[in-house]
Amino acid sequence: MRNRVVVTGLGIVAPNGVGIKDFQASLKSGKSGIRYIEKLTELKFGCHVAGVPQGVEAVCEKYFTEEQLMSMNSNIKFASIASIDAWKDGGLSMPEPDEDNVDWDAGAIIGTGIGGMDTTGEKVIPLIDAGKVRRLGSTAVEQVMASGVSAKISGFLALGNQVTTNSSACSTGTEAIIDATYRIRHGMAKRMLAGGAEGATHYIWGGFDAMRVLNRSRNDEPEKASRPMSASAAGFVPGSGAGVLLLESLESAQERGARIYAEVLGGAVNCGGHRMGGSMTAPNPTGVQKCIKAALTDAQIEGSQVDAINGHLTATFADPYELKNWSKALGRPSDNFPMINSTKSLVGHCLGAAGGVESVACVLQVHDGFVHGSINCEDLHEDIMPYADSIVHSTKNTPELNIQAKASFGFGDVNACIMFKKW
Amino acid sequence: MTKEDVFSKVLDILGKYSKSEISADNISMETSILDDLKINSARLVDIVLDFEDAFDIEVDDDDADSVITVGDGVNLILSKI
Repeated sequence: MRNRVVVTGLGIVAPNGVGIKDFQASLKSGKSGIRYIEKLTELKFGCHVAGVPQGVEAVCEKYFTEEQLMSMNSNIKFASIASIDAWKDGGLSMPEPDEDNVDWDAGAIIGTGIGGMDTTGEKVIPLIDAGKVRRLGSTAVEQVMASGVSAKISGFLALGNQVTTNSSACSTGTEAIIDATYRIRHGMAKRMLAGGAEGATHYIWGGFDAMRVLNRSRNDEPEKASRPMSASAAGFVPGSGAGVLLLESLESAQERGARIYAEVLGGAVNCGGHRMGGSMTAPNPTGVQKCIKAALTDAQIEGSQVDAINGHLTATFADPYELKNWSKALGRPSDNFPMINSTKSLVGHCLGAAGGVESVACVLQVHDGFVHGSINCEDLHEDIMPYADSIVHSTKNTPELNIQAKASFGFGDVNACIMFKKW
Repeated sequence: MTKEDVFSKVLDILGKYSKSEISADNISMETSILDDLKINSARLVDIVLDFEDAFDIEVDDDDADSVITVGDGVNLILSKI
């Protein structure tokens, strides 16, 4: 049995837009969500800019009770808003808190890369070190447990199928969507919320800053700081938020007359094994290419059918290698290379949320027929110059866009690649 | 602080956690915090922490365990302030 899997709902909490309407408008107009963060300067970070979703507290007041908010750090807030929005966008109704109808056919795989570090940094460590462990109250565990990011959502929506959190660094969100697709494909669930979330806190970003992999050169021009594919790219800009897809079997979607945004043709995940040029922090090129090829096979398509790529493309040294890997894996030399863009140019690198946020961007693009502009790469990196004609600098209307490939790569040498198709 | 003052402040604290539609007029000293106010039992520890902050008292674990009804909470607080 191989059920076809479609996307019937979208939820997004992104630095350049909370809610589908605002996010889509920002993608089309090239609006950046990168802002100056005073706290980072105060704390002597090298990077003083980040992507943080705006207006989230106002949404929280509408969606959640005071008691619910007590146990929701930024990661859980972002994930919960995006999940509830995807659910409602899919035409499904919110269950009443006191009604006992569990939806045994619906689940959630919502991943996170680092997790509830704001709770850890602001509460768990200071209170425990001060000998005040009892002052943690009852809400610490559910906020710092890795699955905290998905656990809350099952309560809001009465989900009775698998509810879990995956974690594979920066490929987390993409991996979640692939895992959920397989689950529906094999008839184990009818509907799955799938995507990734990452909180907004300097406690998450600090380790990356210490590695010197974050931008340090454009702190005074936040909107120009995230520069994937640029010759002047100088590290990524940390981002945060959540992106969630409501995936559904085609049968279930058609039965209830749901609007279908796109089909998930297939996907694949793998790991480069930290060999052949791969390491904890660098991708094994063979691993990347095998992952993309496996995604093509799983989707039952050829590399020649890919119209556009939404890259991982973070604005580090790895961008030029990524284009070469796509070229080899798809069998598409630079003179016949698909259109390519980087959503990170607009929102920064949302870490565990990246694959979720960027997959929402992909679904909007294939559904609405556009490829959003990848900003801040007017000065293309020398090794990317051969692909210059394929790089989309400002938003293009592309009614012919049929298949878009999305990949994410993460620390640990892990890879994930999905193929989305217009419905 | 009078018993009525404490009772009213305790109701404010419990209101944040209660999932019950019960109106304040129908809450008495005998009202059960878990059963009648439909408060998640895990949140009792947070309620006790709120008592500590609101009344500037300290509540040890045994005392905390004895709080079953609204009245238990009010009397515990009255014994400490």
